[in-house]
Parts: sequence; C-alpha cells; structure tokens
Amino acid sequence: MQGVQIDLISEERLATLTSMEKIRMILDDVREGTIVILEKGLEPEEQSALIEMTMREILPDGFNGIEIETYPSREESPGFLKRILGKSSPKTRLTVIGPANKLRMIKKDKDIISAWISSR
Amino acid sequence: MSILIQTRKRVSRFLQAFFRKKRSRIGIYGPPNAGKTTLANRITHDWTGEDMGVVSEIPHETRRALRKKDITITGSNGSSITIDIVDTPGVTTKIDYKEFLEYGVNKEDAIIRAREATEGVAEAMHWLREDIDGVIYMLDSTEDPFMQVNIMMVGIIESRHLPVIIAANKIDLPDASPQRIRSAFPQHPVVPVSCLDGKNVEDLYEKMVSHFR
Repeated sequence: MQGVQIDLISEERLATLTSMEKIRMILDDVREGTIVILEKGLEPEEQSALIEMTMREILPDGFNGIEIETYPSREESPGFLKRILGKSSPKTRLTVIGPANKLRMIKKDKDIISAWISSR
Repeated sequence: MSILIQTRKRVSRFLQAFFRKKRSRIGIYGPPNAGKTTLANRITHDWTGEDMGVVSEIPHETRRALRKKDITITGSNGSSITIDIVDTPGVTTKIDYKEFLEYGVNKEDAIIRAREATEGVAEAMHWLREDIDGVIYMLDSTEDPFMQVNIMMVGIIESRHLPVIIAANKIDLPDASPQRIRSAFPQHPVVPVSCLDGKNVEDLYEKMVSHFR
C-alpha cells in the first residue's frame, strides 16, 4: 500500500525528551518522509536549532528541508511565583512538520491549518 | 613632567575603557529577497559612503553574514548611535538547488549556491544566538507577513529579549500593504520604507537611534 506515514506525538512523550532528542527525532522522521504532528510546539530556542540543523542536512537531489506550521502561541496567565520572578512564557501549540517536497500548507488561520500531502 | 603626562594618559584610557558604551551589533534578518542587502547598502552608503554587498533578484544572493563596523547614525535631535551592521542570509526552512535553475543558473553552480545558502542560514542563526544585540527584521510588504518562518523568527528574537524594529520594505510597489505587517506584529515598531528609492528611510534611522540606544 502506498501512502504517507503520520506520527502524532503527544505532549507527554515530548516532555520526556531533551531539546536535542526532540530535534533529532523530528529530523530523522521527516527525512524518512514522515509527517510529524506535535501536540505541543517547540520552544523558540528549539526552533532556532531545528532551522540550523535542517540546513546542515540538506543534500542536492535528496532532503531539501522542512515545511513547518503551527498555531500562534497562547499567552498563559502566570502564577504568583512566575509573576514575582517575571517568568512567563507563551504556551506553544500544535505543530505540523514534514518534508518540504511532500507537505504544502494551503491555509492557516488562528485555529485551523489546512495542509496538502503528496505521497510521491 | 613626563611621568605626570603618562599617568594622565593611563587614567584617561582606563576611564574610557570603563565608561565606553559597548558598540551594538545590529543584525538585518528576514526571509530571502526581502531587501536586506539593499537596506544594508543604503545604511552604509548614507553614513560611510561605501556599499556592503551585492544585490540580485536571485534568492540567496547573500550567503555569508557580512559585517560593517563603526557606523554612526545621527538623529534629527542630534543624538547618535555607533553600531556594527550585520547583513545576514535570508532565513528559510528549505532550499532546493532547482529553484536557482529557473533564474538561468547552471546545475553545477546552482548546487554550489544551494550548499552555500544552507551554510549561510545556519551561520545567521548562530549569529542570532551568540553575537547580535538588536535586530531589524525586514519584510517585503507585498508578501504575506504571516509566513511561518517570520512568526518563528520574531518569536526567537523575542525569546532572546533583543530590541527589534520591523522594516516593511518595498512600499514603492503598488500592492504593498505595511498595515498588514502592523497587524501581524502589533507588539513591535513597524517602519514602512522603500530601501530601493530611499522613501521613509530617514524614519527608520530615527527609530534606530531611539530604539537601539
């Protein structure tokens, strides 16, 4: 059967991984042609590292990068301690990542992402 | 007498080193073909009389981060800043050498260009993590500002607590919409400019002097 594998990674599973493990898992999957859907998005530092590592793995006539789309981050109301410490970070949300030659984003809104996946 | 002069020079050097404000490195970031090098050239030309990089319609013409040191920009009220300008390669998540073939580049050169471009993007991300003190984020105001790479990059810049000015470039084109960029990034100052013909570039200089001090 021809098709495309889609891995939906839960927030709990992501919480057990270090930043580098997450990025390695995403890139290994995407390079194999898998579409990865993360229940919780990457932190900005992880996004920065993902871009950098993606660039280092691009090859002519091979892997040519990733397509990534996510919902806008949501501001969480910080708890008392976080307010005191001035630590409040936006909550990252569902993120879709796939090989650039297979995944095309059609439309993105604040609460809907439409994507087209090629199986060829 | 000479001991007195030497002592005075030493004290003066110490005080200069102690009180001198660190020169900021301002990175020009944005997607490919937004006009980053055109802006870098305009800034360096206006304030030093020299150009900085080569501009072309082919994406990823800039494939290495280029730095021009000691540029002093003076605002209309007389206050000034001295900065280094870092022109960076356009940030993207994908590069395919075949894209360059459409611009008449032969396959061999296109593969080299793609490889250099990937290295350049990685280098630009590294600069942002390690060596940049402020950012001019350059957007083409005829394009959709909600592209994921823009959302990600602005988020990365914010997470590093770097001051950022968004330049809404290409306002000389009929379908430019700087307002769309303002609504995409309401949390940051947006300056509509045309780096090609220089329209509003004085406003950008004013904003740089006040924002990057």
